[in-house]
Amino acid sequence: MAVSRIDQKFAQLKKQGRCALVTFTTAGDPDYDTALNILKALPAAGADIIELGMPFSDPMADGPAIQAGSIRALKGGMTSRKLLKMVAEFRKTDAETPIILMGYYNPIYIYGVDKFLEDALKAGVDGLIIVDLPPEEDSELAIPAKVAQMGCIHLATPTTDPARLTNILKNASGFLYYVSIAGITGTQEPDIGSVRAAIEMIRTQTDLPIAVGFGIKTPENARVFADFSDAVVVGSAIVNIIADNIDQEGLANPALEARVLDFVKMLKAGVREAKRSKGEE
Amino acid sequence: MSPDMKADKNTYRAGPDNEGRFGKFGGRFVAETLMPLILDLEEAYRDSKNDPDFKAEFDGLLAEFVGRPSPLYYAERLTEYLGGAKIYFKREELNHTGAHKINNCIGQILLARRMGKNRIIAETGAGQHGVATATVCARFGMKCVIYMGEKDIERQKPNVFRMKLLGAEVIPVTCGSQSLKDAMNEAMRDWVANVADTFYIIGTAAGPHPYPELVRDFQSVIGVESREQILAKEGRLPDSLVACVGGGSNAIGLFHPFLDDDIDMYGVEAAGHGLDTDKHAASLAGGKPGVLHGNRTYLLMDDDGQIEEAHSISAGLDYPGIGPEHSWLHEMKRVKYVPVTDQEALEAFQICTQYEGIIPALESAHAIAYVLKFAPTLPKDHLMVMNLSGRGDKDIFTVADALGAKI
Repeated sequence: MAVSRIDQKFAQLKKQGRCALVTFTTAGDPDYDTALNILKALPAAGADIIELGMPFSDPMADGPAIQAGSIRALKGGMTSRKLLKMVAEFRKTDAETPIILMGYYNPIYIYGVDKFLEDALKAGVDGLIIVDLPPEEDSELAIPAKVAQMGCIHLATPTTDPARLTNILKNASGFLYYVSIAGITGTQEPDIGSVRAAIEMIRTQTDLPIAVGFGIKTPENARVFADFSDAVVVGSAIVNIIADNIDQEGLANPALEARVLDFVKMLKAGVREAKRSKGEE
Repeated sequence: MSPDMKADKNTYRAGPDNEGRFGKFGGRFVAETLMPLILDLEEAYRDSKNDPDFKAEFDGLLAEFVGRPSPLYYAERLTEYLGGAKIYFKREELNHTGAHKINNCIGQILLARRMGKNRIIAETGAGQHGVATATVCARFGMKCVIYMGEKDIERQKPNVFRMKLLGAEVIPVTCGSQSLKDAMNEAMRDWVANVADTFYIIGTAAGPHPYPELVRDFQSVIGVESREQILAKEGRLPDSLVACVGGGSNAIGLFHPFLDDDIDMYGVEAAGHGLDTDKHAASLAGGKPGVLHGNRTYLLMDDDGQIEEAHSISAGLDYPGIGPEHSWLHEMKRVKYVPVTDQEALEAFQICTQYEGIIPALESAHAIAYVLKFAPTLPKDHLMVMNLSGRGDKDIFTVADALGAKI
């Protein structure tokens, strides 16, 4: 499946004239079982695509919320192998929802790139977003991933000019992730006008679907960005709900899962209200 | 370029290649947001190398603001005490702000000005790089923000106050291990959010290309001077060079101009409580190649690729990685990297103080400790140059604590 599962999902959404809701949670946050329960329930709550964070000790591109989620997951003993096991568990109940792993390069490099691609595909992973691999380092992972049919989602940012965009698109597949702010996850408010202009510029260079993320926190935000993008990604706001529903020992309270899923439903409602002109409604 | 740059060019001094690699080490592992800036920096650096005015201003500031050249000093009593090799100290601790760090800061702030940036950020561990950065910011009238782990702020209070006096804002880093690597993470987060006006002065010969190269080049004044000075004093090149290695900027600065000469080189890593414990900072002896902070290099990590905390009595060596050129020189076996424990460094700190009347930084005390072990095994006509990279005033509280003394 892999990258084709992402392609199918976007084709289907396009037919329905819908923007995808992409949710981000960290694998193993706050613990393996809770994270897996949330994962399994996300599609029904409204997630069209699932981004699953690979926890890393030094998440340089992330703001406080996702840093904390990463630390909780690592404290709970999360590893790359357990993460792939979690994806395989999810795949037993869901064969359609694309799963994208998002993280940093070192854990994959240490696992071994080829071995990781093989095991991740086997587990049911469809794509990778690795934030510390710019196109200059495509030979590390993007090219082997392409060969293996694993989706390799590249990032474009407010500092990306058209010349760099060409480079970024060379080995990009699945979709293009537009980082709406020059900054780290879950911090500043993106400027809607400039994001819209950037996306229009990118559309002249690629047919890949375009997702927007890094500063989208509310159903209302999600609606606004869904007006002109193919997918909106919400991460920190979801992770914050996890943080707010654990006790001092890091144990999930009984309402955690429901609160996360209720918020995802609200996000989904926001995305559905988008005034989209594309598609065949 | 092949991993063996020596074979290609018949030199160890050709790296990095166009992709910023020393063999397989180095590279540009940063977020896309930073890439355009990194490429601009590379271009600005290339231009500056061909600009005689840049070189003249850099040299002028090193001479009159930093106080260079630093002396090459014959450590006579230590030599007699050890009874072997003839030992010279390269006196980087006599530089303005008390360490080699300022050489690099002068070079980078000139680049920042050239690129039209007026806000400077930096990370610091012991506070030496923070003080050096705050100093050049004061000198050039630029805004200065220093990231420092909360733990390090606690153990390096005098340097924190120095930075504030110099007009810098010191931001405590409370995430992770609250030490140097976390300060670097936080500085990179600031950078990504302030790309338009901000220049990141990285303190060691590590990070994404072109930092390892430009920091090395700015620090190479150490080796270039040492070469002239030893030729003037002894009429020949030294037989060996010794320097401590955290990120490794003082070591690469001393070694690089000599890499193609027939000279043995020793980089001294901080072995903390010992290599057989989990409390050390020896990334070559105890780590493996991985990717962090923009470069591939040897790192301390667990089996799953999570970076581990380093430990050293010296805050300046307390980092779980090392500059990529050192990783390459290690694999090429051009430089030998050796471990020295906290205890050995403390003993060397006292011996240097008592025999030479020089209080060394705990970082430099690691290099001295290796000299204490190695020099007695060598003949008297063996010439050894050791980089005394910093002065130890900042460390007297740590040393007092370790020796059970009360100040």
